Amino acid sequence: MHHITPGRAIAAHHEESKTPYFVVWGALLVLTAIEVVLAYKQVFRPLHMLEVLMALSIVKSALIIGYFMHLKFEAATMKWILMISLVLCLTLMFVFFADAFRILSLGAR
Amino acid sequence: MADVAVDHIAASGVYEPSLFGTYSKKIGMWLFLLSDSLTFGALLFAYSYGRISTPNWPTPFGKSSIINATIMTGCLLSSSVTMVLAVLAARVSDRKKTLLWLLATMFFGTAFIVLHAKEWTGLIGEGLTPFNNPWAANVPQFGGTFFTLTGMHMLHVTLGVIYLGVVALRKKFLPVLLVIWLVGWLVIPAGSVFHTGIHVLLAAAIVAAIVLFLKPKIYDAHDVEVAGLYWHFVDLVWMFIFPLVYLMSTKVV
Repeated sequence: MHHITPGRAIAAHHEESKTPYFVVWGALLVLTAIEVVLAYKQVFRPLHMLEVLMALSIVKSALIIGYFMHLKFEAATMKWILMISLVLCLTLMFVFFADAFRILSLGAR
Repeated sequence: MADVAVDHIAASGVYEPSLFGTYSKKIGMWLFLLSDSLTFGALLFAYSYGRISTPNWPTPFGKSSIINATIMTGCLLSSSVTMVLAVLAARVSDRKKTLLWLLATMFFGTAFIVLHAKEWTGLIGEGLTPFNNPWAANVPQFGGTFFTLTGMHMLHVTLGVIYLGVVALRKKFLPVLLVIWLVGWLVIPAGSVFHTGIHVLLAAAIVAAIVLFLKPKIYDAHDVEVAGLYWHFVDLVWMFIFPLVYLMSTKVV
């Protein structure tokens, strides 16, 4: 059983550098600050603002998933299967937005 | 002898290797997080649907709310870094540092919960409930979607802190949790939603006790890493709630 004991597997990648994690942390804080400033100054119209904020949030979540959750360093099959299924399922929910916009353009109160 | 037999079977390829080339606990957590992200996805989409389709959606978040929410975001982001440091310390079997960083993560998580609870209390004080909206009476769904979404997230953070506490302190965490529950219940005024809400801690303590007594073990680096996955996910969800709920409804200019 020696080849699958956790201790060995863990010891295989020790002494990992901490620098990338602090860089990612800094990047996340900076991106958050940018979001807050954009919203605070109301730089864009609401719909445009939504797009910009979501784009920044997707960058932030990619950093969190890739580095903090370590997915960048997992097997390629794991990366692709997990991320493709997640994005596909979430994208399906966009089907409701056509309806949300329809209510607006109908002028419903 | 049994080990040798199993080893022989494994070597001869009777058992398939894991699909993703990693241990099954981690795959289990990833699958749970995938399903959980669909839960949060549905709530976020429901909130956004209301936001888009309702012209007079309230924008109640003034300067102090935004500053508060930004500090909360900073707490969660910092807790993610301390969590990473805990995972790295666990990998090199540094138990003392692992414990220290896990406690730091729990501290930031608790700070988040306290700040959020304060903010909720303020909003409720202004008359916001799941069924009533003081700023625009014909948009009651603001309260409903707001409290469901942020409440679900707050529940996740709370359970995350407890999860980390169990991994860090094991059975020693149970009395801590029960004391916090009892003191919280007695101190929080009866009118507050958190007077009832704090019973989540009691329920979690019972579940944690069942796990800790039925399957006592010393949590290893893998357990810390899996707990970390959950914690980072909670952070990740907030990265969407913060802009969608708070930044899109600012009342500053």
